[in-house]
Amino acid sequence: MRHLLSTADLDHGAAVHLLDVAEDMSDVATREVRKLPTLRGRTVVNLFYEDSTRTRISFEAAAKRLSADVINFAAKGSSVSKGESLKDTVQTLAAMGADGIVLRHPASGAAKVLADSGWVDASVVNAGDGTHEHPTQALLDAFTMRRRVHGAASRGRDLDGLRVLVVGDVLHSRVARSNAWLLRTLGASVTVVAPPTLLPVDVSRLGVDVAYDLDEAIADVRPDVVMMLRIQQERMHEAFFPNAREYARVWGLGSARFRALPETAIVMHPGPMNRGLEIGDEAADSPRSTVRDQVAHGVSVRMAVLYLTLTGDREDAR
Amino acid sequence: MTTTHLVRGAETVDGTRTDLVLRDGVVAEAGTGLSAAGATVVDADGLLVLPGLVDLHTHLREPGGEGSETVLTGSRAAAAGGFTAVNAMANSSPVADTAGVVEQVQALGERAGYVTVRPIGAVSQGLEGTHLSEIGAMARSRAAVRVFSDDGHCVADPLLMRRALEYVKGFGGVVAQHAQEPRLTVGAQMHEGALSAELGLAGWPAVAEEAIIARDVLLADHVGARLHVCHVSTAGSVEVIRWAKSRGIDVTAEVTPHHLLLTEDLVAGYDATYKVNPPLRRQEDVEALRAALADGTIDVVATDHAPHTSEAKHCEWGNAANGMVGLESALPVVHATMVETGLLGWADVARVLSSAPARIGRVPGQGHGVVVGGPAELTLYDRSVTRTFSTDDLAGRSTNSPYLGRTLPGRVVATFHRGWATVLDGAVVDEDVVARSARAAAEAP
Repeated sequence: MRHLLSTADLDHGAAVHLLDVAEDMSDVATREVRKLPTLRGRTVVNLFYEDSTRTRISFEAAAKRLSADVINFAAKGSSVSKGESLKDTVQTLAAMGADGIVLRHPASGAAKVLADSGWVDASVVNAGDGTHEHPTQALLDAFTMRRRVHGAASRGRDLDGLRVLVVGDVLHSRVARSNAWLLRTLGASVTVVAPPTLLPVDVSRLGVDVAYDLDEAIADVRPDVVMMLRIQQERMHEAFFPNAREYARVWGLGSARFRALPETAIVMHPGPMNRGLEIGDEAADSPRSTVRDQVAHGVSVRMAVLYLTLTGDREDAR
Repeated sequence: MTTTHLVRGAETVDGTRTDLVLRDGVVAEAGTGLSAAGATVVDADGLLVLPGLVDLHTHLREPGGEGSETVLTGSRAAAAGGFTAVNAMANSSPVADTAGVVEQVQALGERAGYVTVRPIGAVSQGLEGTHLSEIGAMARSRAAVRVFSDDGHCVADPLLMRRALEYVKGFGGVVAQHAQEPRLTVGAQMHEGALSAELGLAGWPAVAEEAIIARDVLLADHVGARLHVCHVSTAGSVEVIRWAKSRGIDVTAEVTPHHLLLTEDLVAGYDATYKVNPPLRRQEDVEALRAALADGTIDVVATDHAPHTSEAKHCEWGNAANGMVGLESALPVVHATMVETGLLGWADVARVLSSAPARIGRVPGQGHGVVVGGPAELTLYDRSVTRTFSTDDLAGRSTNSPYLGRTLPGRVVATFHRGWATVLDGAVVDEDVVARSARAAAEAP
């Protein structure tokens, strides 16, 4: 695997393999010395055109546990704000010896443009491109689901038959897109639930079912997993729904709705949470909430991604 | 004094074989076995002679955008494509919203000498959509502007649109509308549908075009004015225009070559070569546009030639500029999409690329066909060849063509403007030679 741009690029075998490598990486965290020498001498640049401290430090921790050198380049307030192009920025970084570029960018497709451009030889890992994809988030979500379902016997397994509800701003969510394709590849079925204003007009290429009413969806689907998406503040000013109170009442996971879930269902959220809007305290703080697991697994999954993209372990050699 | 040309053995659009003598800016003689003392002979055996093509929608970028195109370089691109006239859009910097700017653009065109450059005036000051520009002054200027457009922006305010339609009626002008409801297309990046959902790109819904066209044909009907619709891109727009024409509303419409050939699927690689406004649509839309051009619902093909620098295109999709160059490839694309499919004959091609746009734009000295005594505005086209389109086929300053590497039929072999050659043997004639011809013609008694 030279780059990780999209979960749609991963076939079943590649996805399961990546999650298995993440299991190996997760084991490292339980050792006395939580570090592998694998990427010693390699340089990973976190090139972030958007603020995202969580994702950035997760990648940074992952790279450091693999002994890579890490350069953090926050494009805001740098030469980029003086008008430097993506091309010039990445060529500057390549000249400093970057082997891998972890790119967060507000433009959909930016990671693919970089990977296809020939501007640099470095591997490209998509850490979120506009409203398109966030593949490592989907991988850590899948990893978390697999752990909850299969526990210690997760290796080699997929998510066959799992029923997942993804609730919230699907239209603008890179997390929703990456999850839709990855979960389907792994055998799960996905239903997105949102007000119609926050869904694409045509979801036929996402491979998901659609529901508008969360209570009905919970009753009909009997989900194993409910993934609540973050509602961005700016959506409220753009009249996608009347106000926060109405959104919370109709699409939020408050106490009553949380209790209506099947008893074994887990609650996921990519963070940071808007408590009281898309999720209430009872759901967020319940033992069935995986929010903190997701953060921990994020490091393992990103270690696996960096390892597979930066070393010779290519999919085709599997 | 300009050179006399004897074009030998060309085939006209109705299939007759003819020689042509081009002298003093006019087609002096037509027939077989012609000779002319001292004439430069052009062997046109097997070549199709078309009237000089007229583009109703060209961005020449000058003044202000000389990094991507100038009046001279855009004129060269036009000649290379077989054009003898272009209508230059108003979204330059400064905007063509005063008599001074339009006269300057026209003068630059005359000096270059490759094509007739007809400036289009802005509808609103600075293209801002609030106050009418100096429409009357531009109409009465030396440039005698007849087409007004805020292209790149929609005249979204219905009252301003009504006033513009009424105002230009007084001197036979036309408003060319870029139909795009702005509130429905905030941040829009591509056609809205299943693919935009997959790619996570903000959608440009068809209804944003169709709603404005519907409004504008009703306005044109109400005030009895003439409306032209730029770059129609959807099947729904075709339906609205067809309805308007059936009601007798004075509306004309154009389609671009790229909307006749390319679809939104090309966006999937995020290659900004394919970023254009209005965006590439679905195959159903392409089919509807071809059918509409064939049945006359759409009157003309216009290129929307939109040059951009390399750096404006080789970047992230969201940051890239909208537009494609199209002058050099227009005729081959129409050949491929309309003639090879049997939808249009060559006489129809002459209509949609010459006489109709000249009539809509009130372009003097153009669009009369190749007739004895008429202006020597013509192009010789080799229908028999196919080629892999490349940057060698481009003659402007920018190379943002979506056809590079594609196989296209046909090739412009020669173009004559006002009797002098602007393209000969498939190559654009040197700019000094062309400028000298233009100067000589201007100084002639």
